[in-house]
Amino acid sequence: MTRLGLMASAFRRHRLRLLLTAMSIVVAFLLFSYLVAIRKAFQMGVDVAGADRMMVRHSVSIIQSLPTSYEAEIERVPGVVDATPLSWFGGIYQDPKNFIAQFPVKPEEYLAMYPEFRLSPEQKAAWLRTRTGAIVGRTIADKYHWKIGDRIPIQATVWRPKGGGATWEFELVGIYDGAEKETDTTQFLFRQDFFEENKQFGQGRIGWYAIRIKDPARAAEVAKAIDQQFVNSPAATKTETEGAMAQSFADQVGNIGAIVTAILGAVFFIILVVVGNTMAQGVRERTQEIGVLKAVGFTNGEVLALVLGESMLLAGVAGGFGLAVGWLLVSQGDPTNGFLPIFFFPPEDLVLGIALVLGLGLFSGLLPALQAMRLRTVDALRRG
Amino acid sequence: MMQPVSSLSRSAGTAGLAEADASSTLARLRGVEKQFRRGAEAVQVLRGLDLDLRRGEFLALMGPSGSGKSTLLNLLAGLDRPSAGSVEVAGQRIDQLSAGALARWRARHVGLIFQFYNLLPVLSAAKNVELPLLLAPLSRAQRKAQVATAMALVELEHRAKHLPRQLSGGEQQRVGIARAIVTDPTLILADEPTGDLDRKTGDGILDLMQALNAEHGKTIVMVTHDPHAAARATRILHMVDGQLSTEMDA
Amino acid sequence: MLRWLSQIGTLTIFNLKTLPQRPGSVAASLVGMAGVVAVLVGVLSIQQGFTRTMAVTGSPDTAFVLRGGADGEMMSILTRDDARLIAEAPGIARGAGDPLVSPELFVVIGQPKKTTGTDANVPLRGVVPAAFGVHEKVKIVEGRPFVWGRNEVIVGRAAQGQFRGLSVGSTLHLGQNLWQVVGAFTAEGGLPESEIWADAAVLQPAYRRGTTYQSVKVKLASAGSFKQFKDALTANPQLDVKVLRETEFYAGQSRGMTTLIVSLGVIIGVLMGLGAVFGALITMYTAVATRTREIATLRALGFGSSPVVLSVIGESLAIAALGGVLGAVGAWIAFDGFQTATMNWQSFSQVAFAFRVGPPLLALGVLYALALGLVGGLLPAIRAARLPVANALRE
Repeated sequence: MTRLGLMASAFRRHRLRLLLTAMSIVVAFLLFSYLVAIRKAFQMGVDVAGADRMMVRHSVSIIQSLPTSYEAEIERVPGVVDATPLSWFGGIYQDPKNFIAQFPVKPEEYLAMYPEFRLSPEQKAAWLRTRTGAIVGRTIADKYHWKIGDRIPIQATVWRPKGGGATWEFELVGIYDGAEKETDTTQFLFRQDFFEENKQFGQGRIGWYAIRIKDPARAAEVAKAIDQQFVNSPAATKTETEGAMAQSFADQVGNIGAIVTAILGAVFFIILVVVGNTMAQGVRERTQEIGVLKAVGFTNGEVLALVLGESMLLAGVAGGFGLAVGWLLVSQGDPTNGFLPIFFFPPEDLVLGIALVLGLGLFSGLLPALQAMRLRTVDALRRG
Repeated sequence: MMQPVSSLSRSAGTAGLAEADASSTLARLRGVEKQFRRGAEAVQVLRGLDLDLRRGEFLALMGPSGSGKSTLLNLLAGLDRPSAGSVEVAGQRIDQLSAGALARWRARHVGLIFQFYNLLPVLSAAKNVELPLLLAPLSRAQRKAQVATAMALVELEHRAKHLPRQLSGGEQQRVGIARAIVTDPTLILADEPTGDLDRKTGDGILDLMQALNAEHGKTIVMVTHDPHAAARATRILHMVDGQLSTEMDA
Repeated sequence: MLRWLSQIGTLTIFNLKTLPQRPGSVAASLVGMAGVVAVLVGVLSIQQGFTRTMAVTGSPDTAFVLRGGADGEMMSILTRDDARLIAEAPGIARGAGDPLVSPELFVVIGQPKKTTGTDANVPLRGVVPAAFGVHEKVKIVEGRPFVWGRNEVIVGRAAQGQFRGLSVGSTLHLGQNLWQVVGAFTAEGGLPESEIWADAAVLQPAYRRGTTYQSVKVKLASAGSFKQFKDALTANPQLDVKVLRETEFYAGQSRGMTTLIVSLGVIIGVLMGLGAVFGALITMYTAVATRTREIATLRALGFGSSPVVLSVIGESLAIAALGGVLGAVGAWIAFDGFQTATMNWQSFSQVAFAFRVGPPLLALGVLYALALGLVGGLLPAIRAARLPVANALRE
């Protein structure tokens, strides 16, 4: 037997109560796993925002269009490396419930602007060759079982094509993968020149510009310079960093982050009370045994460490198990069936989870451990 | 024959409080007083008690309940401190040690035997015996060896893996004794060791304790109210009004 | 029968009297139950509040007309001719002689939110005079209505609450145009309260929309006239439209949000419920264990084993009920009426709503707690009943 063995032996008492306590810890950390994944899903855009990327949109709202002529003018502003246009196509694939983000873009420029989108050179060449070509992210391709060479019809809602009807037909020439886990692989990208040529109205106008700047530290300066350029035009602009834009978008969805954190706090508090109670009861029941340990020669400090060690062992094993199972379940994918674009266990929250496990072990055992430490040996023995 | 756990020499016990050869005195209590608070009152349990404990003695402390015998035992064990006076064991003033040091001292020098055995119910017999050894800087193998020796001495090797609830009262007390001797302590203190056992089983325990004293030279102080048990000792003292005397109160 | 019931009653009361002896585990159970119920009610109140806003907005006797295939107003375009043709359809109510037909323009503008200071989208709706007849619930509560032909707007109360710079008397700078905020309106808590309204005729040139609108809202003669109205429009070869009742439209809009919240709420609720069951089991097993001797004595005295079982369950239910009520009331105090806003995916703009903790939700919370208490008490109750009486008495 070792000191650790002595700690573990305490668990042989009241196996059922121990099991139930352990299970509630497991459940708490399962919940933790889901909640942090949900929180991350809602934070998505903010974290992947490129530090050197900014967005230039119409000052009134992103819904308003900007002239295509702005591209060259923006690129002339000092500090700007490149500008590329994007628009919101807003079409429907088969059913309005199938939400797909579609953007007409300039292929070369766009891929250079977003290097985290990985496309093989052959597929990129194919896209440049094919006017009606489109590429999609891996997630969407998998979801709808699309393969290279498929013809994808998209129903337009606003952007009717010339020649009547509402259907735009694209040829799938490539599937891109994301460099990171958080990279958005749900985009449907097709060619701006095809869009410009084929739409019934709105020629010479696009949605907004994505730009790359040389020095992220000077983002505010560059933004000001760009907006100043167009301040007196019919379409004034507002330039902000990609991160700021994503954050304001996330804020519009709602303060999900705060809600999740509040729930996590409540859960942690509850589990602390439950486990703390179990530990306290254990100590109360073992008064006499603790007296024996002290009589035999264990110091007060050693008894404290023993009880604390038990609670840490319980929290560690059960909490660790809960996190592990949580990780497994979360990696099964989005439980809302498609509403959340990304769904995974953020590694940084794993650190948080481990910290919570340790905190649980420490705080649930602290008071009972202090109580055990302070027991007078003589009284404790007599209570047997 | 049983293996000796130590190489201590035997010594003949002597009776009485008379002055004896200093080097053979194991414990010395002088002017020891102990008070307890019961509610608002202070109760004086020990009143200026003196005691010389000789090495190799088997001392029986007798007295009615509430007379303070257990209190005295607790003082000798370093489980409690006197309100006044000095307690010296093996040359060490244990009444002056800090709580932590006292715990350490106890681990090394004292073996305790209780009336209700006080075994940890979740540990097997062998693990219960091993408990005090966890406080010593011994390797796993060394601990195992000492446990085996102790278990053999109390003749319970075949029950080593059993839990306390699977053992009879007598067997449990044997485990208690094995635990008390496994560290080869300076002093063994027993509080009513046969109090919960029937006559026959109790006799077996007393035989064991006598053997520990006579054959292995262990110094034992036993508190008991049973004259039959006390008769096994080499010296008997009575607790009367918080002091020790060789005679019982008439 | 009566004796059996009175046995249960006596035993349950006896059990409950022992609760103060176990403050720790009872507290743990109460905290667990209250927490579960509070969180569940809190999360679902978001969905309830959101749906209510949507539901209040819709009336079954108002019809929406959008472009065929359009999913929402943003994606829809209808011309002035379309509006004229729609106005000629049967089944439309009339107000002061004219058909109550409201063609509407829908754009979105960015305004800083009060809470974050960053921009969020507010709907700006261009309307014609008939709009006020069609949207009966809209009432001006501050200032005055805008004058037709002027750059003036009225702002919904909820929008005012969420955004900066929308109070009566302030000026909105939209691109190169200035708009005066001349009044505020309410709409019984419905969606229009999150919007800003202006004259469509002034908005169209400002946004270069020519003479197009995005939707046409129509007040029907009665809820029953819908079919007649719809059939006439779909049969017309000059029109390519989608016709819905207003209630259907908003139900569709809130479906995404509802699904999301309910599915997340269920996951959270189930996991927390599971945890609460474990907590309850711990409490009840402890309860039974500490009272082994009393239970055995009662059985020896002649109390039947089923009253014992039921009294233990009764005790568990009592604790669960108390915890559930505490949690529900706590949630009600904390959440009910809490104003917030979220993204309406169809209009890409903010829709303001309030968390809503109504009686059905409170009842759901307490019932859930009771269910958990039942499960948590069942197994310990059975154990209590199966105690070997003789052994227990000897302990």
